[in-house]
Amino acid sequence: MYQFLYDLIGNEILAGLLVAVVPLTIILVFALFGIWLERKVSAHMQDRLGPMRTGWHGWLQTVADLMKMLQKEDIIATDADKTLYNIAPVLVFTGSFAAYAVIPFSSKLLGSEVEIGLFYVLAISSLVVAGILMAGWSANNKYSLLGAMRAAAQIISYEIPTALIVLSMVMLTGTLSLDKISQMQTSSFWNWNIFGGAIFGLSKFLLIPFMIVGALIIFTSTLAEVNRVPFDIPEAESELVAGYFTEYCGMKWGMFMLAEYGNMFAVSAIIAILFFGGYQSPIGYLGNSIGAQWLVPFEQGFWFIAKGLTLVFVQMWLRWTLPRLRVDQLMTVCWKYLIPFAFINLIIIGIISLI
Amino acid sequence: MKNPEEIFELLKTEFADVILGIDKETPTEPIIAVDPTQISKVGLFLRDNVALKFDSLMVLSGVDDANGTKVKDEDGTDMISGGTLSVYYHLHSTNLKHKITLKVSTPRENPQVESVYNVWRTSDWHEREAYDMFGIIFLNHPDLRRILMPYDWEAGYPLRKDYKNPEFYKGMKVPY
Amino acid sequence: MALKTETMVLNMGPQHPSTHGVLRLELDIEGELILGVKPHIGYLHRCFEKHAEAMTYPQVIPYTDRLDYLAAMGNNFGYVTTVEKLLGIQIPERVEYIRVIMAELQRIASHLVAIATNGADIGALTPFLYLFRDREYILSLFEMTCGARMLYNYMWIGGLSHDIHPDFVRKTKEFIIHFRPTIVELNNLLTFNKIFIERTANIGILPVDTAINFGASGPVLRGSGLPFDVRKEDPYSIYNRFDFEIPTGKGLVGTVGDCWDRYYVRVLEMEQSLRIIEQAIDKIPEGDVHSAIPKRIKPPKGTVYSRVENPRGELGYFIISDGNLNPFRVKVRAPSFVNLELMGELCKGHLVADVIAILGSLDIVLGEIDR
Repeated sequence: MYQFLYDLIGNEILAGLLVAVVPLTIILVFALFGIWLERKVSAHMQDRLGPMRTGWHGWLQTVADLMKMLQKEDIIATDADKTLYNIAPVLVFTGSFAAYAVIPFSSKLLGSEVEIGLFYVLAISSLVVAGILMAGWSANNKYSLLGAMRAAAQIISYEIPTALIVLSMVMLTGTLSLDKISQMQTSSFWNWNIFGGAIFGLSKFLLIPFMIVGALIIFTSTLAEVNRVPFDIPEAESELVAGYFTEYCGMKWGMFMLAEYGNMFAVSAIIAILFFGGYQSPIGYLGNSIGAQWLVPFEQGFWFIAKGLTLVFVQMWLRWTLPRLRVDQLMTVCWKYLIPFAFINLIIIGIISLI
Repeated sequence: MKNPEEIFELLKTEFADVILGIDKETPTEPIIAVDPTQISKVGLFLRDNVALKFDSLMVLSGVDDANGTKVKDEDGTDMISGGTLSVYYHLHSTNLKHKITLKVSTPRENPQVESVYNVWRTSDWHEREAYDMFGIIFLNHPDLRRILMPYDWEAGYPLRKDYKNPEFYKGMKVPY
Repeated sequence: MALKTETMVLNMGPQHPSTHGVLRLELDIEGELILGVKPHIGYLHRCFEKHAEAMTYPQVIPYTDRLDYLAAMGNNFGYVTTVEKLLGIQIPERVEYIRVIMAELQRIASHLVAIATNGADIGALTPFLYLFRDREYILSLFEMTCGARMLYNYMWIGGLSHDIHPDFVRKTKEFIIHFRPTIVELNNLLTFNKIFIERTANIGILPVDTAINFGASGPVLRGSGLPFDVRKEDPYSIYNRFDFEIPTGKGLVGTVGDCWDRYYVRVLEMEQSLRIIEQAIDKIPEGDVHSAIPKRIKPPKGTVYSRVENPRGELGYFIISDGNLNPFRVKVRAPSFVNLELMGELCKGHLVADVIAILGSLDIVLGEIDR
């Protein structure tokens, strides 16, 4: 994308700046949209309407909330550790925002073309743990500490099934670059990885059940990474008031929320790329059939965002249907069920890919 | 299933001088009067005896009988001196389906009743409430402190008939 | 070299999203394991018993509403039957039937709140809204009758404050038809949900002997397996004319007496209340609800203790009268006051998250604990 912009504008610095700014706008706009979507989805599921007055069906509600949050007084508890308290939201937000650098929104809209995209994403989203621990400790509040301890244990444990499934996909496709994985699943939905990938022969059909199992495992474990119900014990509203961000108010709390919604979309995007074809369309491109080649990247962007949003919608749907798991049950699910299944999945996919 | 007179006879044969009598005239239920310092033994007998099996204490209430003499205090209000405070026990058996009411009375100046904590655990908070509201000391209760009023309320026992609200509590004005 | 360790004291409340009122729980924890729980109450003490000594017998009725504000009809019922026992008056049949219907409707409404908040504490936020939507039907039935949605002052000594609206019978029948599918939906969504069962089965197990010794009553006692219901033990009003069962906990998905059993007993009791309402709604006789209300209520000297089955347990009133217009002593035996003592027993050896589940299954209302 940097090359594309440089050719368009001709100025190095401006192109570089735009490359950094565009994902940032995407994440902010998505957070705005995501919070509104959550409120409307939850409202309609609960037989009520949700925000209706601010704009058409309340779509400006998040903007109103944002303006209110910016005007709030920033209260810091007297005994709180001020340095850690101020750094923690920044760290959490950075951890989730930095993942967007390697996510391809279309064949032309990609922040940075590194060859080890997947590895980078897994590594950088672990920064979030450090941020959460800092937030919980520095607030000098027993509830926050409990929440932060639970969150740290949960996130670190659930990175293992995620990494195992990612590893099995890497084994199958042979590359760590998210862009290349998307490009490999071209031309129709039958070539998507969840249906076995763009290969021919018996191994494709053998792979399908294991791909589906893998998709379910990674969906569950990334749900735990972003602290959503049924795994939202760290911010369990009815037990710990608000967990590790009890003591935050105003814009700092806003940054935690932004990070959460950004994270949600980032993991949905990664699952979409790994299993559902990334930005490839399932039915072919309109731009190709009417001869307007410049339309194709926009269509790809549209398909990518649609797939990401569908997965985000499923995440919200689960949040408002299921109760939450207790901490030791959460750990049991991870270590006794998800990890063994992910291992077996990995071994079998490895064997099949040798056929 | 026994009626109150039979239960009274059974108790009288077991504990001769601890049981002080039965009141059958006042509506609506007969009440057996018991000595306040022996109520725990009577309770244990009532709970464990095969013919009685009173395993459930329904309610334990403190009452200010207000049967002393009225004297005037320094600021002209009525105080009661002498007389008794009572505690009523309503017992019930889930097996044999009979009920009985017991009553103990202690002097107002030094109210002491033995606790039935070891017989029926229901009495744990009920006795704390009777202490809080009337000032009745329950002997052998493991944790007798105020329950509804603040833990450091110094101004007396609210449900007594001659209770006066204090002027200030920790700097806050009390009368509304 | 051993590290010096200390247990942590965590304070839940008085302001907390899920302690059902102003209750302070002092938890002694080590990591996530609970070593002891001490409840502190008294934040909502409004001196009901002292007020009752200063007012006449009918003037006490609105104050009884405010004891257990989620089951106000039941509180009224208890007080009114106690005073009527002391007076020894006969009530018209119409009044008896309407009182039973109102009490059973109130039982359903109160159990809806209990189940909804129990689910919301565990994390299931949607059944909360579905059940409150159905509670609105019941509250509008009450509003049609006496003008109030929550605190009614409806049952008077010897009668009722208002006669029922002409549309009441028809609307109640509509409600019954509408409500049965909701219980099925609730069972599908919450009761047999695997995660809910993991959170509540085998938690807070209460053996039957401990329950009786601690004085537990209502769904807490029935969840441990003992079929004890005041409506069948000590029948008051006309409950002995109706045919209904007493659901008890059987340990369907865990052990007998755990949190899931207490929750399931409440779900089954709603169905039984619907049965009673169906039997009673067609048989309401004609009459005047105000005819037996005495002009001046001056009971003879004496004492009386009478109890009713409130949704939360056995509500008892102990009234001592000395022949005046005001009662000499009114003592309220509140079911939640006695049930809350079980917290210390039940929470031992569980985790912090289970304290909330256990508290939700005991179903307490601070209004009647503190009076």
